[in-house]
Amino acid sequence: MPAPVDHSPAIEFRGVSYRLPNGRALLQGLNLAVRRGQTLVLLGRSGSGKTTTLKLINHLLAPGDGEVRVEGRSTREWDVIRLRRRIGYVIQEVGLFPHFTVERNIALVPKIEGWPQERIRLRVLELLALVGLDPQLAARYPRELSGGQRQRVGVARALAADPPILLMDEPFGALDPITRAELQREFLALQRRLRKTVVFVTHDLREALLLGAHIALLEDGQLLALHTPEEFRKSREPMVMAYLAAFDSAGGAGERGQP
Amino acid sequence: MNVWQFLLHNHAEVLELTLEHLWLVGVSTLLAVAIGIPLGILLTRRPAWEKPVLGGANIIQTIPSLALFGFLLPAPWIGERADRLAILALALYALLPLIRNTYAGIQGVDRAVVEAGRGMGMTSRQLLFQVELPLALGVIIAGVRVAVVISVGLATIAAAIGAGGLGEYIFRGLSMVNNQLILAGAIPAAALALTADFGLGWLEKRLQLR
Repeated sequence: MPAPVDHSPAIEFRGVSYRLPNGRALLQGLNLAVRRGQTLVLLGRSGSGKTTTLKLINHLLAPGDGEVRVEGRSTREWDVIRLRRRIGYVIQEVGLFPHFTVERNIALVPKIEGWPQERIRLRVLELLALVGLDPQLAARYPRELSGGQRQRVGVARALAADPPILLMDEPFGALDPITRAELQREFLALQRRLRKTVVFVTHDLREALLLGAHIALLEDGQLLALHTPEEFRKSREPMVMAYLAAFDSAGGAGERGQP
Repeated sequence: MNVWQFLLHNHAEVLELTLEHLWLVGVSTLLAVAIGIPLGILLTRRPAWEKPVLGGANIIQTIPSLALFGFLLPAPWIGERADRLAILALALYALLPLIRNTYAGIQGVDRAVVEAGRGMGMTSRQLLFQVELPLALGVIIAGVRVAVVISVGLATIAAAIGAGGLGEYIFRGLSMVNNQLILAGAIPAAALALTADFGLGWLEKRLQLR
């Protein structure tokens, strides 16, 4: 490639802590960097601080101490609206607008960014194809879709304005195992093509091993380990082994039916 | 002469009083909507104001209507004309259901939907007009419905201070101990209330289906 590769991290946490107003710390002294075009999985049980970490990136939460840097700039310095429009956001409950058609849902960010109508229309069709949805669905309302279709629309909506960064908060958590496996495969294929910087939250170890270039294990608001999937599997660190063992004894938490 | 014959015979006057009644209810409802809905929205942005504002609107509701008309009588400009006074009083009564339902309707919008919108970079204003208000509209219309039905009933009392409306017949009937005359005011008023209730109920249902 002629263009020089940019090795500066897309997202960087520097000594970040986050506390609730009542003083309880959800995140303590987090240092973490996500490289451009890579998928980082935040793994951990409920309440470990995964979602908090994610919301600090698009500034839905403001860090108490330290700073979160996105594309080299602190989230405090970013115009928060501009920042968020450069970051796709997919959540478990999908959060599709029930009073908007699929088309309007996907077109949301392009529309508020003021794209011309024809460009929006073409982009919606392109995205429907990208996430494997029939263009006929464009005129439907979210309640008329299956869970898997809705989640695909959620992904299409997050990708609409081609943001360099994608945040995904347990996006496949509410799906049945077969649909989930399907969407995980499609996510991998999509990510090979698009090379977004992705931060993906899950409590599912198998999902983490499958999708992540790196896996950050969180527990009680602290980063316990940061590994590639390969290192993670072989790790002798007690905390990682404990997590692996706990996951195994929980029977993979009902994760059967995956490839 | 029974009620129906009376209504038929005096149809011009009945129509005039009905229109007066509608005027009182219509203008006061518009006023209450213009104040109540923005106030309800404001409460969702300033949760600390919820208790005092809803408390205040609640207290207004507990003031007997005749007393409220009396309290407002010395007010400048307002007190000069009976219909102004009646409209203000009716609007004050209609505030509570409007504020409460606007507030509850917006609070009741799925948090995931709002968070998704905010996370994607919608401004506060875009969220309000494109997401929160459209999704709360059914509940807000339900508040308007309650307010209108209350107002149609209360507006009959406005005749006591000379503001006109179908209450004229009722008060005239009361002083003349004439049941037909009371019914001649009460029946059209009830019909108005039922029509408004049905119409807004239909609108509410249509909006909530989406």
